[in-house]
Amino acid sequence: MLGFVARRLLATIPVIGVVAFFVFIMLRLSPIDPAAIIAGEYANPQQVAEIREKLGLNQPIFSQFFIWLGRLLQGDFGESFFFKKTVAQLIVQRMEPTLALTVVTLFIAVIVAVPMGVLAAYRQGSWIDRVVMGFSVLGFSVPVFVFGYSLIYVFALQLGWFPVQGYTYLRDGFLPFIERLILPSITLSVIYIALIARITRTSVLEVLGEDYIRTARAKGLPERIVLRRHALRNAAVPIVTVIGLGLALLIGGVVVTESVYSIPGLGRLTVDAVLGRDFPTIQAVILLFSVIYVLINLLIDIAYTLFDPRIRY
Amino acid sequence: MISRRTLWQGAVAALLAAPLAFSSTGAMAQGKTIKAVMHSDLKIIDPIWTTAYIQRNYGYMVFDTLFAMNDKLEVKPQMVDKWEVSTDKLAYTFTLRDGLLWHDGKPVTSDDCIASIKRWGSKDSMGQKLMGFVKGFEKVNDMTFKMILKEPYGLVLESLGKPSSNVPFMMPKRMADTPGSEQVKEFIGSGPFMFKADEWKPGDKAVFVKFDKYKPRAEPPSGLSGGKVVKVDRVEWLAVPDQQTAINALLNGEIDFIEAPSHDLLPLLEKDKNIKFVDWNPLGNQYTLRMNWLSKPFDNVKVRRAVEIALNQEDFLKATIGDPRYYKTCRSMYPCGTPLASDAGMDGLLESKFAEAKKLLAEAGYDGTPIVLMHSTDLQVLTNLAPVAKNLLEKAGFKVDMQDSDWQTVVARRAKKDPPSQGGWHIFLTSWVSADILNPVMVGFMNASCDKAMFGWPCDEKLEKLRDDYARETDPVKQKQIGIDAQKRAFEIGTHVPLGQWYLPGAMRKNINGMVAAPAPVFWNMTKE
Repeated sequence: MLGFVARRLLATIPVIGVVAFFVFIMLRLSPIDPAAIIAGEYANPQQVAEIREKLGLNQPIFSQFFIWLGRLLQGDFGESFFFKKTVAQLIVQRMEPTLALTVVTLFIAVIVAVPMGVLAAYRQGSWIDRVVMGFSVLGFSVPVFVFGYSLIYVFALQLGWFPVQGYTYLRDGFLPFIERLILPSITLSVIYIALIARITRTSVLEVLGEDYIRTARAKGLPERIVLRRHALRNAAVPIVTVIGLGLALLIGGVVVTESVYSIPGLGRLTVDAVLGRDFPTIQAVILLFSVIYVLINLLIDIAYTLFDPRIRY
Repeated sequence: MISRRTLWQGAVAALLAAPLAFSSTGAMAQGKTIKAVMHSDLKIIDPIWTTAYIQRNYGYMVFDTLFAMNDKLEVKPQMVDKWEVSTDKLAYTFTLRDGLLWHDGKPVTSDDCIASIKRWGSKDSMGQKLMGFVKGFEKVNDMTFKMILKEPYGLVLESLGKPSSNVPFMMPKRMADTPGSEQVKEFIGSGPFMFKADEWKPGDKAVFVKFDKYKPRAEPPSGLSGGKVVKVDRVEWLAVPDQQTAINALLNGEIDFIEAPSHDLLPLLEKDKNIKFVDWNPLGNQYTLRMNWLSKPFDNVKVRRAVEIALNQEDFLKATIGDPRYYKTCRSMYPCGTPLASDAGMDGLLESKFAEAKKLLAEAGYDGTPIVLMHSTDLQVLTNLAPVAKNLLEKAGFKVDMQDSDWQTVVARRAKKDPPSQGGWHIFLTSWVSADILNPVMVGFMNASCDKAMFGWPCDEKLEKLRDDYARETDPVKQKQIGIDAQKRAFEIGTHVPLGQWYLPGAMRKNINGMVAAPAPVFWNMTKE
């Protein structure tokens, strides 16, 4: 197992290298000049040129790349073009809101979607099944921002139960922290509930037709034990896969949700950096997301061994 | 021992009670804190390093100016107590007010102001022009200094009281000694608010608190001049990039003020009895069309004239702003309602006389080359301008190739002098804040110094001479006439086309009062009931 993990980690290095190269080159090839953005709307060419020189943007692209790579290998992501802060500082500052949003979203998605999927499979063809499948289609089809604005309208503007926007750090109290996370997390979780419930239903349905389930029932085991111990555990591998992939997909989801709810997380940092062409920040954030994606895939593979003893690395 | 059932009951009760507990926080009293959503997030803390308006707004919070423009567009002393000019108009002497302090408690001195003027003068266009006339500075004592000129210059006070980017803000000498190409690293000013660097989270919020030791002038506030009396304890600028979210937050009482709500969302706010609108920038903004003199066929004055004849302002304003309460046509290059506003040189222009425009194009030998019109698609106040221009220009006989992109791409592309087929351009449309275009020296698009001019690069010795004459003239009456002559010449040669004035009120909760009307949104004199 350790050998497998080590090999997988080593294999990530060329992947990250390729990502780093392409992100760097594509940003440099874009027609937009970050110096012009920083200088402002009414800056004269001389002002723009001064800033371009200060940022090192007038050097050849490959020189810029190797300077950046050299620093990266020393753990230095560089300094943001805009903020007088290092990119590492910015990422650390923005990590908590995104992490909190992701964890709460995943928590909601799993505790709602797995029972929904199991129930739909168990009552296949019933009205419960149809409701769950209908919800899945809806969850997939309606864009995140539509759910977001609808929830804000009902629960914040009409009922006044939750605030419209913003984020409170955990250190400032649990209640205000969770108060501002509930609507965004529900918004973001809808698509994952749809996804996980659908996969759970399919997977459990497949398992429920197996001989060992019939045997378990013939032994006189109660249905909840049959479902939990025999059906769900054997259906777990695809469910864990989809939860893991869902976690990776959340990275994309937080960009929209953080904008709708004005949460200062990594998603917003990415959008701000892209709009402002803050090259060092964009490069670092995309590299970070790539590493997270690779690690999640590794964790999924490791998790398989917990649910299926036949899988060995 | 607590049973599992008890735990579950407790959890359910907490969940049920949560909405009740949460509901109180939305309306929680915020004390004397004004929470505002500005047009952009504050990312840079040097208002001289960049011309972006959010940094200008930050500057007005933290820094102060020697002179400032009042609501009648007159320049008045601000940090300066008294000033005099020598009879030969070559020496200006400025004496600072007593009791001015930096936020670190040290007194404001002549050295600080001289260094600040020099740094601003190295960056700002108007500052550079002023510094071209400055022979040097002399420190008389800690409170008094002199500016010595090489020859008389008519815009000394107008330059030092320049209301918009870059504003000549005063900084401590150690900050002002930072080269103009580098950002200052401190947050120390002598303005009415102090910046809370420890609470600044870019992308989240910027916080300002009242500077208790600020010494306001005795006069009532007027524009950007007069007494800057702070009547709240704290101002927070929250970064809410989504307009709809900002509107919802204002409706819900979570924020107090939105600097620039988009026009299409104003009806949502109009229905709420707790919201009011404040026209904090009564001079508004001006839409403008710019042609590229370097790209054929716009190197021909008859073609540029054809554009001036083909367009009309009403079509642009209707398509972009829509509600006539928020726009007006203005047949002048200088904003209507300002001293130099005049329709001189505009006979027959901006009346969409297509037949006349077609005739001019034929005389110019226009061969049907497609005109590359840059279309910015991501800024709501600009999006509809290019399609209107396309429609009107096609009616006049132009063949138009409208190319879509985001605004930042337009900004990058407009700086290119290449032919349109190789990434250059023919026409783009933009908007100016009226306070930035009050006279021919300030109007960037009237600069006709060929390669040194702004993108579009007009080239005309006569107009440049008029602009220089305007700058040198110290008699206001003669100066005004030169300004009007400069406009006539600019229309004659077709530097750019003004497309009307538009306004965007700020939206605020009804319990916020006292906002001063000025070219920049300022927070002194504001109260929160």
